[in-house]
Amino acid sequence: MSSVVNAPVFAEVPAAPFRPGPAGTHITIRGLTKYFAGWPLYENFDLDIPKHKIVSVFGPNGCGKSTLINMIAGLVPIDAGEILFDGKSLKDTRIGYVFQNYREAMFPWMRTIDNIAYPLKLAGKSKADVDRRVEELVASFDVRFDLRRFPYELSGGQQQTASIMRALAPEPEVLFLDEPFSALDYEMTLFIREKLQEVFIQTGTTMLLVSHDLEEAVYLADEILLLTKRPTRIAEILPYGDARPRTVETLSEPGFIATRKRSLEIFQREVRR
Amino acid sequence: MAAQPPVANAAAGAPWAPPTAVPVAAPSKPAWERLLPAIGPIILFIVWDLTVRLGLIRPILLPPPADTVATLITGLAGGPLLFDFFVTVWRTLQAFLIAAVVGMPLGVILGSNERAYRSVEFLIDFFRSTPSSALIPLFLMIFGVSDINKVAIAAFGAFLIVVFNSAYGVINARKQRVMAARVMGASRSQIFRDVLVWESLQPSFVGLRSAISMALVIVIVAEMFIGSESGLGHRIINSQQVMNVRDMYASILAAGVLGYALNVLFLVIDRRIIHWSGR
Repeated sequence: MSSVVNAPVFAEVPAAPFRPGPAGTHITIRGLTKYFAGWPLYENFDLDIPKHKIVSVFGPNGCGKSTLINMIAGLVPIDAGEILFDGKSLKDTRIGYVFQNYREAMFPWMRTIDNIAYPLKLAGKSKADVDRRVEELVASFDVRFDLRRFPYELSGGQQQTASIMRALAPEPEVLFLDEPFSALDYEMTLFIREKLQEVFIQTGTTMLLVSHDLEEAVYLADEILLLTKRPTRIAEILPYGDARPRTVETLSEPGFIATRKRSLEIFQREVRR
Repeated sequence: MAAQPPVANAAAGAPWAPPTAVPVAAPSKPAWERLLPAIGPIILFIVWDLTVRLGLIRPILLPPPADTVATLITGLAGGPLLFDFFVTVWRTLQAFLIAAVVGMPLGVILGSNERAYRSVEFLIDFFRSTPSSALIPLFLMIFGVSDINKVAIAAFGAFLIVVFNSAYGVINARKQRVMAARVMGASRSQIFRDVLVWESLQPSFVGLRSAISMALVIVIVAEMFIGSESGLGHRIINSQQVMNVRDMYASILAAGVLGYALNVLFLVIDRRIIHWSGR
């Protein structure tokens, strides 16, 4: 008898080693899996989001653009995988989030100024620190409306401005923006777009922007992340390197037009697939 | 004043001019429109008066409206009706306060823990659907013919309404506000304190308003039971027994005034406290 008695019935499979992203990566997503109504929305999804860059997320309807940033921001639980911010977990990371529906994101029982100060108070800042930071934000956003009013007394654009100020108040490492312009009129969209760009030039905060408007997505972006239909994968990541500050003229420059055209081609290819 | 019809011009012999229907100043509500709510009561008063005058109903069953209102006013101006009125107000308020003080925190806590709420949901729904007046004899057995009995049964009925509304207020809180707080790093208890409690205020107030109406209804019914010695309910049934219809109608109107006043009071408080509601 040459067979082995008591042969092992179970072999330990070594876990796949963690592959760090390239230098300058801020958010590392590895093996992200998310099921939606029994079907995979994301399966073994890997992504590196660079630091001090604006990444726009664009893709077909229902591919889970918002779900992706919500999973990264910890608002939607993930089924498997790992998301690290500079090697830290979400718990140890300051983030800011701007919702599409500002009406249901602000707290109407607090004055606008208290809404903006709320994340600072949560962080346990002293009254002096809170006041100083709010002062700073008011100056940098060039706020012309009365922040002592309640949010519902402000216009839509003013409310969204305030909710961006709230998101930026704790000086987040990452700012998530979920279709922040889609409930605004064109004038307000332009204004807030410029403010966001200003903030980005000043602070270099990593931003993740979900948009359904391709022009908007390209205009603000350093990288355009194009997604496929579900099960969602990365179709392509397009760099867009025109100098900042970008202005209305940027919209008619060849670099912008080419990037938008290329994004649209990829988008249409993925929609038809 | 309503716009003058063009016919008036022709009748006066003036040359025809295009009708100046559009007012130059900003259109303001004509004065008579503000009187619209008074029309219903006036019609009722006239119909009532005519019915009595024409003898369609025997005066022993329906006294003339002017006499009834006079009885109501003299009664409330310091007569015995005032005493019964205040007894009913006091019992209703006691019942309401017990229901609010116990029910609102309990509702909010149950609502924030959906599993806990699901486990008692059937009980709350069942007893909320049971007419509380059906339980009055049971409460009579427990508490005896006392003041406590009336307050207890009214508090019980009102309590269920408060719990139900507060719990649903928390359960149906805008998910996005909770998410907004969470993404800013709020802990569970901070979300509860800074978001859920506030979100539940509006439905809670709806609950409180229905609860005080319910408390009043049950108090009045309970006062009609044998053994009561005071209160509007007692007065109504008593004056009916001795065929003092004038007093009976006045007491019924007094109960109506009370119910209406409580409702208006709550609407005003509601608008003051929950300034953001509906916006």
